[in-house]
Amino acid sequence: MSSLIGIGVSPGVVVGEVHRIRHTVVEHDVPGTCQQVLDALAAVGADLERRAIAADIEVAREVLQAQAMIAQDPALVEAISARLTDDVVYPDVRPAIRDSFAGFRAALESLGGYFAERVHDLDEIADRTIAEISGEKSGPVILSAPSVIVADDLTPADTAALDMRFALALVVAKGGPTSHTAIVARGLGIPAVVGCGEAESLESGDIVMVDGRHGLVERNPDEATVLHHKTREDALRARAAAVTGPGRLSDSTPVNLLANAGSVSDAVSAANAGAEGIGLFRTELLFLSRETEPTVDEQVALYTDVFTAMAGHKVVVRTLDAGSDKPVPFLNTVAEENPALGVRGWRLTRNGTGVMRRQLQALAQAAAETHTDLWVMAPMIDTPAEAADFAAQAREFGIRHVGVMIETPAAALLADKVLAEVDFGSLGTNDLTQYVMAADRLDARLSDLTDSWHPAVLRAIALAATNATTLARPLGVCGEAAADPHLAAVLVGLGVTSLSMAPVALAEVRGFLATVDRATCIEVSQVALAASSAEEAKAMVSAILEP
Amino acid sequence: MPSQVVKVASSVGLHARPASLLVKAAAASGVSCTIGRVGDKAVNAASMLMVLALGVKFGEDLEITVAEGDGADAVLATLADIVGTNHDEENPHA
Repeated sequence: MSSLIGIGVSPGVVVGEVHRIRHTVVEHDVPGTCQQVLDALAAVGADLERRAIAADIEVAREVLQAQAMIAQDPALVEAISARLTDDVVYPDVRPAIRDSFAGFRAALESLGGYFAERVHDLDEIADRTIAEISGEKSGPVILSAPSVIVADDLTPADTAALDMRFALALVVAKGGPTSHTAIVARGLGIPAVVGCGEAESLESGDIVMVDGRHGLVERNPDEATVLHHKTREDALRARAAAVTGPGRLSDSTPVNLLANAGSVSDAVSAANAGAEGIGLFRTELLFLSRETEPTVDEQVALYTDVFTAMAGHKVVVRTLDAGSDKPVPFLNTVAEENPALGVRGWRLTRNGTGVMRRQLQALAQAAAETHTDLWVMAPMIDTPAEAADFAAQAREFGIRHVGVMIETPAAALLADKVLAEVDFGSLGTNDLTQYVMAADRLDARLSDLTDSWHPAVLRAIALAATNATTLARPLGVCGEAAADPHLAAVLVGLGVTSLSMAPVALAEVRGFLATVDRATCIEVSQVALAASSAEEAKAMVSAILEP
Repeated sequence: MPSQVVKVASSVGLHARPASLLVKAAAASGVSCTIGRVGDKAVNAASMLMVLALGVKFGEDLEITVAEGDGADAVLATLADIVGTNHDEENPHA
C-alpha cells in the first residue's frame, strides 16, 4: 500500500482499476523516411476513425471524426511530401513533421475563435504521428469497463473523447481546483484528485482507491483503509442529506445558498438540488458560438426559460463576460497581448458596443414577463466610475437590484466606493485569485498559487466584506471557493452573506454549515487570515472544524 | 467546368459540422472539387485544413467548382446544398 497526495476537487470514495492515458511527446531524434511518416499519419488517421466509430457519445464522435479528417487531409500529405525527399533516411523527421503542421497551425490560430480551437487537434495529431514512427504509441482512449482515469492532464478533447459513463474517478498529475478536470468531475459527480504529481507512477491495471474529498490516492489499498475512507465519506454525505431547506448555521444565522448556472438545464438541476436561487447565471453560452449578436428576442426567449425554471426565486445574472478565455467572435476581434488583462467583461463597452444595453433590455423584459426577482451584475469592474456607469444603465431599464463582480484587486481595495454605487456585490473568487496572485489559473505549473485559500486572497475578500457590511450591501461568492465546505465557513466568517456553487455541491455545503455557528465561522476566518500559506490556512481551519 | 456561387447558411460559418459534411462529400465524390471566395484563390474542397483555413463566416458568398465529368452536376448540387443549409440549428451551442 502506498499513498499519493494531491488536491481533492470533487468528493467521493471509489476503488477501481487504473486506466492510464498517455500523451506521448517524443523528446529524442526519430529517424525515418518520407514513406514512414506518411504511413504513420495514415495509421493515426485510421486509429482515430476506428475510435470515432466505437465512441457512443455524439460529441466524442464528432471530435474524433474531425481529428481523423485532419490526419487524412491531402494537404497535409502534400506538405510532408514537399519537405522530405523519397528514399532518403533522415536522422530526425520531427522538424519536418512539425513544419508541415506549422503553416496550418498559424492560419487557424490567426482566425481566432473556434477556428483556433482546432490548433490543439493539430498538435495532438503531430505528437501521435511522431510517437507512431518511434514506436511509442499513446494508450487506447476508449473505455470499455469502469475505470479510474489517470493522466498527466485532461484536455477538453480528451474528456470529449472518453466515454465518461465508465469513469469511476479522475486523477491527474497537473491542474488545480479550477482546472477543466475538476469542473468535469464535479459536473459528473465523480471523485477527482488533481495536482497529484506522483500519479505519474500509476500504470493501467493498478488497483487504487481515490478519496476525492481528501485528495488521496492509495495504491493497492487494504480493506481496513477502504472501509475507513468509505465510512468517513458516508458520514459526511449523511450529514449533507440530513439537512434540507434554506441554508443556515447551527445558530440559525441565514446563509443564502444559490447555484451557478450557464444554461436552462443547469437552472433545472439547480431547482432540483434545492437551490434558493441562481447566484451566477453566465450568459456567455448564447454568445460564444455566434458570428453575429443574438437578437433581443432570442435573448428574451432564453432568459425566460431560465427564469421559469427558477420561478419564485432570485436570479443573479452576470452580463456578458466576453474576452480572455471566453472570446466571442463578433466582439473580441483584436488579438490581445494579454487577454486576461485586456478588454473583457464590462470593459467591452469602451468599444462603443451596444451589446450590453441590448442584453440589459432583454433581461428586464424577460424578468417583467415572468415576475422574476432579477439581480444583474457586471463583470470585470475596477473603479467606482465603472460601477456607477453600469448601475445607471441597468436602472434605466428598470432593473431593481444592480451589482458588480468583485474580481479585481482594484475593486476589492476600493470596495467602500465601488459598492456605494450599487446594491450588491459578488466575489468572483476564481478570477480574484488569479489577479491577486498574478498567476494564470489555466497554468497547471502555478496551481499552488491559484488556490483561493491563500491568505492574500482571503485578505482581499475580508476588505470587500468589511466594507459591504458597513454599507449594508449583500455580498456573495460565486467562485469554486463557495463549494468547499470549510472555505465556505471561512467566507461566512468574513462577512459573506450568500454562496453560489455548482448544484452538486449544495447539499454538502448546506449540511456542513448547519453544524457550525457564527462565532466558529468568525474564529476560523481570523485563523485563515493570519496564516502564511494556503496549506497552512487549510490545515489550521480543518483542525478547528473537524478535530 | 460546372460552378455555382452559394451563400454560407450555417451560423458558425464553414466550421465544425458544416465543414465536416462538405469535406466528406467532396472526398467521397471522387472528382476534383474546389471552393473559395468569389474572385479569390480556391482550395481543395476535400481538404479539411484548407477549408478551415479559409476562415469563412456566416453569410459569405463562396464559389464551388467541380471538374468536368460524369455526375459533376450532381456533385455540385450536393456540395452547394451542404453550404447553403444551416447545419447548426439543432445545436446552437456546439
